[in-house]
Amino acid sequence: MSEVTQQKANPIRPDAGWKELPWGGIIPVGGTARAFKTGGWRSNRPIWDSEKCISCMTCWIYCPDMSILVEDGKMIGIDYDHCKGCGICAEVCPPRVKAITMKPEGV
Amino acid sequence: MAVQRRSPAESVAMTGNEAVADAMRQINPDVVAAYPITPATEIVQIFSAYAADGRVDTEMVLAESEHSAMSATIGASAAGARAMTATSSQGLLLMHEMLYVASGARQPIVMPVVNRAVSAPLNIHCDHSDTMGSRDAGWIQIYSENAQEAYDNLIQAIRIAEHPNVQLPCMVMMDGFIISHGMENLFTLPDETVKEFIGERKPLYPLLDVDNPVTFGPVDFTDFYFEHKRQQFEAMLEAKKAILEVAAEFEKISGHRYGLFETYQLDDAEMAIVVMSSAAGTSRYVIDRLRRQGLKVGMLKPRVFRPFPAEELAEALKDIPVVAVMDRSDSFSGQGGPLFAEIRAALYEYDKRPIMVNYIYGLGGRDVRVESIESVYRDLDIIRRTGVVGPRVRHLDVRE
Ligand code: SF4
Ligand code: SF4
Repeated sequence: MSEVTQQKANPIRPDAGWKELPWGGIIPVGGTARAFKTGGWRSNRPIWDSEKCISCMTCWIYCPDMSILVEDGKMIGIDYDHCKGCGICAEVCPPRVKAITMKPEGV
Repeated sequence: MAVQRRSPAESVAMTGNEAVADAMRQINPDVVAAYPITPATEIVQIFSAYAADGRVDTEMVLAESEHSAMSATIGASAAGARAMTATSSQGLLLMHEMLYVASGARQPIVMPVVNRAVSAPLNIHCDHSDTMGSRDAGWIQIYSENAQEAYDNLIQAIRIAEHPNVQLPCMVMMDGFIISHGMENLFTLPDETVKEFIGERKPLYPLLDVDNPVTFGPVDFTDFYFEHKRQQFEAMLEAKKAILEVAAEFEKISGHRYGLFETYQLDDAEMAIVVMSSAAGTSRYVIDRLRRQGLKVGMLKPRVFRPFPAEELAEALKDIPVVAVMDRSDSFSGQGGPLFAEIRAALYEYDKRPIMVNYIYGLGGRDVRVESIESVYRDLDIIRRTGVVGPRVRHLDVRE
């Protein structure tokens, strides 16, 4: 998860008082969506089979939450902190590969 | 406004709209986004000719509605531009949603507003219902008596809004038709003087600074929203100081003195009226006339309605036996207009305070004649002598 940890720290602490917060609700750093973990919204979990995957990157293109993790041009897994379980990746994975299957959470 | 007399030869004849458009030409904003509405149309119409003729460097955005005009102005301002628009009445009402976005996002947008009644029934003439409806939108509100004040206030508004301790949007008002279309002799400043006075905008978090990315308008829930509203409260307190600071500097370049409000013959007054905008001119004339008859009458003319200068107004009014507050709008609370409600509240802390009555006047452009104002003072004189207040809220010059 190197991409995630590389981000500049968000200066807005949860206990910051009104005098120290930037005015107007402005967030003065970029890429802060990474700090907001949306994985908890998921009801279906994509399960990736590394044996079957051919790293065609179709799922990486389609994933609306940038949750397909890639290193050195190869898919290496799914970022469950942000994946919302839409199932698009499983849908677009080539039919003869089918490296991703959706499983209900908590089952 | 107190004036250091300049030679009439230096004055120019302009309508209120022309004076405001000329101030905008001198301000030379980066972006103007607007949509026409009577009686404010001329401001941007004249200004767009300046833009077309290359007399300003402004990017004109001709929007499809006032909601879009304000949205584009906010976007431009967030990008770091000095952005302006102008409107009136229904146009301001259509902007209402975006007014809160401008103030909440702390964008120092300056907007001339020509005061006009609101529908229904349809009316294009002056009253203050439009901007009084925006009084809680987090904007600084400055009301002008005449074209000279509208011109002066607009230039000062840039400095007030962009003041480092303030960073709030500001609307500058003048009365529809009475001032916007009335021709008047006024003094303008040299272009260079205005340019130097307003300086360059120094935006806090310009979106176009791509090396320092920022997020505008994020979701702000139970954990932070309240802190941001607390900041806006503080900014309004700072605005009161900034308005006086900027006025002092403006006096140096113009000879025109401004405060939070202006008084006329108030020091020894036994009866006073509080009245904003163009009707103050008529009141001054009536005061001179009644003073010659031995009546101790005076006037207080609020200039700044937001932030509301409560302590200052209360100090100025507390010793006057009888006061009439004139509202050119009704808040339909059954308790009188907004100016009346706030001035009465400001005096609550004082043991000794005036008997106060409210006159709703001039709605839909109903003419405010010398006789109208005189009748108010005559009413106050009866209250003063008899101690009988009668109706607390009255309607001036309405046919029974
Ligand atoms: S389920 Fe949806 S969000 Fe999660 S990895 Fe697949 S495409 Fe992305
Ligand atoms: S679409 Fe399927 S095969 Fe292609 S990278 Fe994603 S999981 Fe691997």
